[in-house]
Amino acid sequence: MCDVAFLLLTFFMLATKFKPDEPVTVVTPNSISEIPLPDADIMMITIDANGRVFFSIDNKNVRRALIEDINEYKGLNLSEQEMNLFAIGASIGTPFNELKSYLSAPPEQQREYDKNTSGIPTDTTVNSEQNELAAWIRTARNNNPKVRITINADAKAAYPDIKKVINTLAGWKIFKFNLITGLKAVPPGTAAYEMQNQGMKE
Amino acid sequence: MAEMDVSSGGGHKKGPGVKKGKKLSTRVDLTPMVDLGFLLITFFMFTTTLSKPKTMEINMPYKDEKMEEKDQSKIKASTALTVLLSKDHRVYYYEGLGDNPEQPPEVKLTYFKNQDGIRDVIIEKKKNVELLKQQGVLSATDQTTVLIKPDHNSTYDDLVNILDEMSINDIRVYAIVDITPVDQEFIQLTENAN
Repeated sequence: MCDVAFLLLTFFMLATKFKPDEPVTVVTPNSISEIPLPDADIMMITIDANGRVFFSIDNKNVRRALIEDINEYKGLNLSEQEMNLFAIGASIGTPFNELKSYLSAPPEQQREYDKNTSGIPTDTTVNSEQNELAAWIRTARNNNPKVRITINADAKAAYPDIKKVINTLAGWKIFKFNLITGLKAVPPGTAAYEMQNQGMKE
Repeated sequence: MAEMDVSSGGGHKKGPGVKKGKKLSTRVDLTPMVDLGFLLITFFMFTTTLSKPKTMEINMPYKDEKMEEKDQSKIKASTALTVLLSKDHRVYYYEGLGDNPEQPPEVKLTYFKNQDGIRDVIIEKKKNVELLKQQGVLSATDQTTVLIKPDHNSTYDDLVNILDEMSINDIRVYAIVDITPVDQEFIQLTENAN
């Protein structure tokens, strides 16, 4: 019986490591908001401390459809294998012209690339050719109209970089999105604290 | 249940007339270890689901290039508090909208502190607006409005902190707007004065 227990324990300890490695780790700021991240249909725009933009979307099938559309739209000539690699992968931080070489590279090379890449080019208006993030967002929404947009940015990211992403979203008339934050306790003696206590008393 | 028997082997044969030697049987009960095991499992199960990131919902104001000035909702200066986010987590603030060049507002500096920081400023502003509503200067539908203007040297942390202060203090009407050159001048002047 204790063997079963320890087997289960080791299984859970290892099972949480099966996600593909993210190219960059981000330390998000904290807020009192307790709304959990939705489970499905999320598009995550990651912004690291240096302002580099990475793009990710969940659901393998949506990713596959997305890369096929992007391949056609931008004429990238991606092979089946490269598109499959994209479908099972994590965030992407490469400009379109380097996407093919990134997807065909082995994992160690990809990790090296991720350390030095400048991320997905963004701009303040959606109509400029430089704004590749706008193209990613639009194509993703075409493939999954229900997708929710979340921004996972590092606390030290400069505001102008965040502003470019927010303006890109506003350009596509996206005014409702989520910011991923850590949890912090509600400070006592404030309005939110009162509301929380009232909620608990009911 | 789970047991280990390390008792000293008691004599199997009892010789006639031999006194029964004291048998020290040490049986170690391992049930608590299995309990610990299950406790650890449940602990890891819960912490990996708890560490799922939380989100803040943001609703930006609807922006359309074709929208006229008059269609945009007007903000009453007496309900407004303007907050300027600057470098090194500095928060400059002033009452009103700062749109009257004849009467430049008094710009003050504070930080994100639990005491004597921007939170106390916001609480003070809320009290003032409530007072004005009681006096009849403002109608019952007017609410404290906060205009957030982040400068280009502020960080995302500052933005999230000020938005968090909005929910901590239950401010329902707020907007993130672009900082104007006038505001940047205010910051310069206040910095030079200190």
